[in-house]
Amino acid sequence: MATDLPHPVQGPTAKEKKYDRQLRLWGATGQMALEDSHILLINSGPGVVGLETLKNLVLPGVGHFTIQDSSVVSEADLGVNFFLEDEHLGGFRAEHTCNLLKELNPDVQGSFVSEPVETFLAHADALYPYTLILVTAPIRPELLAKVSAYADAALIPLFYIHSVGFYSHFSIHLPPAFPIVDTHPSPETTTDLRLLKPWPELVQYAAEKTKALDNMAADDHGHVPYIALLLQYLEEWKASHDGEVPKNYKEKTSFRDLVSKAARTNNAEGGEENFDEAVAAVLKSLNPPEPNTSVKDIFREKEGLTISKGSASFWVITHAIGLFYTKHGVLPVPGSVPDMKARSADYIELQNVYKSKARKDFAEVLESVRVLERNANRSTPIEEKDVEAFCKNAAHIKLVRGRPFHVVQASETVKWGDRAKSIAQELTFPDSLVPLYIAFLAFDEFVATHDKDGLGGAPKVPGESDLEGDSEKVTGIAYKILNDLLKEAASTPDDDDLDTAKTRLGEFVQEIVRAGGGELHNIAALTGGLVSQEVIKVITEQYIPVDNTCIFDGVKSKSAVIRV
Amino acid sequence: MAAADVQTSPEQGRARWKYLDTILNRPGPFTDPEWVPGEPQIESVSRSKVLVIGAGGLGCEILKNLALSGFKDIHVIDMDTIDVSNLNRQFLFRHADVGKYKAEVAAKFVEKRVKGVKITPYCGKIQDKDEEYYMQFALIVCGLDSIEARRWINATLVGMVDNENPDSLKPLIDGGTEGFKGQARVIFPTMTSCIECQLDMHAPRAAVPLCTLATIPRQPQHCIEWAHIIAWEEERKDITLDNDDPEHITWLFQKALKRAQEFNIPGVTYSMTQGVVKNIIPAIASTNAIVAASCCNEAFKIVSNTNPFLGYPGMDNYMMYTGDESVYTYTFGHQKKPDCPVCSEEQLARPLQVNPNLTLEEFLTGLAERPEAQLKKPSIRSEEKSLYYQFPPDLQEQTRPNLSKKLNELVSDGEEVAITDPAFPLQFKYKLVFQK
Repeated sequence: MATDLPHPVQGPTAKEKKYDRQLRLWGATGQMALEDSHILLINSGPGVVGLETLKNLVLPGVGHFTIQDSSVVSEADLGVNFFLEDEHLGGFRAEHTCNLLKELNPDVQGSFVSEPVETFLAHADALYPYTLILVTAPIRPELLAKVSAYADAALIPLFYIHSVGFYSHFSIHLPPAFPIVDTHPSPETTTDLRLLKPWPELVQYAAEKTKALDNMAADDHGHVPYIALLLQYLEEWKASHDGEVPKNYKEKTSFRDLVSKAARTNNAEGGEENFDEAVAAVLKSLNPPEPNTSVKDIFREKEGLTISKGSASFWVITHAIGLFYTKHGVLPVPGSVPDMKARSADYIELQNVYKSKARKDFAEVLESVRVLERNANRSTPIEEKDVEAFCKNAAHIKLVRGRPFHVVQASETVKWGDRAKSIAQELTFPDSLVPLYIAFLAFDEFVATHDKDGLGGAPKVPGESDLEGDSEKVTGIAYKILNDLLKEAASTPDDDDLDTAKTRLGEFVQEIVRAGGGELHNIAALTGGLVSQEVIKVITEQYIPVDNTCIFDGVKSKSAVIRV
Repeated sequence: MAAADVQTSPEQGRARWKYLDTILNRPGPFTDPEWVPGEPQIESVSRSKVLVIGAGGLGCEILKNLALSGFKDIHVIDMDTIDVSNLNRQFLFRHADVGKYKAEVAAKFVEKRVKGVKITPYCGKIQDKDEEYYMQFALIVCGLDSIEARRWINATLVGMVDNENPDSLKPLIDGGTEGFKGQARVIFPTMTSCIECQLDMHAPRAAVPLCTLATIPRQPQHCIEWAHIIAWEEERKDITLDNDDPEHITWLFQKALKRAQEFNIPGVTYSMTQGVVKNIIPAIASTNAIVAASCCNEAFKIVSNTNPFLGYPGMDNYMMYTGDESVYTYTFGHQKKPDCPVCSEEQLARPLQVNPNLTLEEFLTGLAERPEAQLKKPSIRSEEKSLYYQFPPDLQEQTRPNLSKKLNELVSDGEEVAITDPAFPLQFKYKLVFQK
């Protein structure tokens, strides 16, 4: 019975079936990147947030994970950690959490290291196998600084995470240049129809489809694609406006009226859908195809100015597209057309007009890429599909400038650098979570200056036993960090604003110390969700990651992202 | 007094709840001055019976989170069985569990992992249960993918509120996700805005007109919908379409592909066919973790009063989450709607703009897609008479001729109509306002 049907069907593979719901988000290339990664978790404290993060990475099929954790499973672990059981009491937490996580997905490899982090990091090349590192607080600052320095040198993404009581925080240290091509912009923002800068084939298409428009039969008139309608009425407008297109809001609305009045209303529906679509598109689509400044800035970044043998392919393609932009004043046509009221053949023809233009633009960019490659003596050519994907999304590429996060050292003032002014300003906004971030820095400074046994062993966290005494100490540290920030920013906020910020900072500190370094499972799970999502974005180089610090307030159920 | 503690030996005692108890034993800067820390709160969390609706992506997370928040008596309802495509996020299930009931496997797993928690599964529909059943819970946490089920439980809980009996007010905490987006909201029935008040925030996707599918397809999805709605009906109407049968999906895929080739439309794939036919929504572990944990965080705060919670008078009640571009949350107070057909006391009719030239049938079909209605099997009566009834058969027979009449022949401008739908235990009042 299937003889008249085309191609025998290959159903999805077992893996495609299992990962179906996520492949619809990051596709096969994203999945491959995930499977090629090896993530290290340096775990400490109650250790929940790190494991909840890993859970959300093992499930979608990360290649390999390793847990470093020297703790021994205690009774308290069992009430907060889902990846331990009663029989593991007294065993190594790294080993047992690793085993129970591995159960979640047989395609994932898991390893563990139960030696203390101090000696683990002392091995030469200890961090070499990993493509991404997660560190949870508390950790001694000199160790965190060591991992941070490694991440900096090896260009490996590093995450630093706090989950304490009802609050959490994480910072991401990305390489200094972290470009993303596949940002997945929302479909509404991607339509680029070039109505104000049509090319000859598009103009010709519009003229053909609107020929003798006024005399068309009702059904034909109601099926002219709105893009053709708009281009046609733009010609009429230009003829009566010295060859100029409608530019400002007022002109666009009168142009819209002109289109609206051209619709036929003497029918059962009292209007025409294609004209409705044309009217709705006027304000949205009649804009010069100008890339936004953040994209134009990328063309001016130093890495893309001169292409050498070692330049990343992103910069080679950026340079080539920069040349295209300089020559034509526009980016390559992305080539997609939204659905619209039209007959099948007319629509497909229109789609092809856009697609051929996109192919032509792509060919030109590709040619430049090849010239650049030859001139720089590059041996492996960049794959065509990468250049094509770049051309398609050129208007939405993104560059994140990664930088190290704060590692609070015992006797050093926290420095904010070029961020001081902006953070100091944000500090006093109502509802700002900058004070909560400062409270976490104060938590870290307390850890840096307190040992459990006074011998430089396991760090001591505030509030474990002395709630009031520690609250006072951490508040003092927090106020000092705040004052140093204001000093560095040379900022003198209004007294009332400063008082409010300090009161809020004091409350955040109290609430943090209240938890005594303990994790609430809910907040750890939520933060593990956020961190794993960011890990996936960073590994797949898709979507847009947090730049660079995220704070969650579980009292008010609010989050904030700041760049520090 | 501590009945819940009986099973655990004293030396085990509450040692495993060290971190949780630290919070329960200490007041914080935002706890109410009247709040008594310690034993009463530990009791409150241990003794509160909680219902979880849904044991899927959100449900698995919710069960784990509640068990590790100190809840001891949890019930879970889900009618579904485990599919292989659940395994990328529903972490209580293994390959060997495929085909078994979700509620049962999930309950057993969490009971085994977290000692001292009792989880009672029910493998069936929420509609199987009555008010008496729902009355036993302290609160209800929903992790559902169906708007209809949410509206049903919402209406049921609103209907249960008896002002003489404070125990009849059951907080409803609802989570939902789609890809990198989601929301967590807290509803105190009759006190805060309810699911029905918020209905227009979850507008259904517009369906493609049938004539487009039949005569002028342009997109690969149009070809798939054609195969799904028209071709199957024409060629295989004796076989009930089963979305989970690979042979059926393959048949639809091949039909769609052939039609796409006739019209030169590129892009039909097997995966897209599956997506369109089953209305697949992308789902990932991370978003589920975030939304479920936010719901359980609110549940824990409500029961323990360890901190202010969403839905408290004067507080926000809704957290919107977006994670595809950085991390963004918007937490706000959604206002109760005075014309809410479910929770407004005045029972005001909600105004509905209509084209008076539509036939009653067109109007009723359109109700499924209107964000403020979303009713799929409506029966309708005006102030004067029954206009159309889906049930019983003789009344349907009697009212069927009205379907082809225009609205302006049946009702006057501004007239109130009452609409019922078998999916909901209430009637919706609308005021039909004619478009000029």
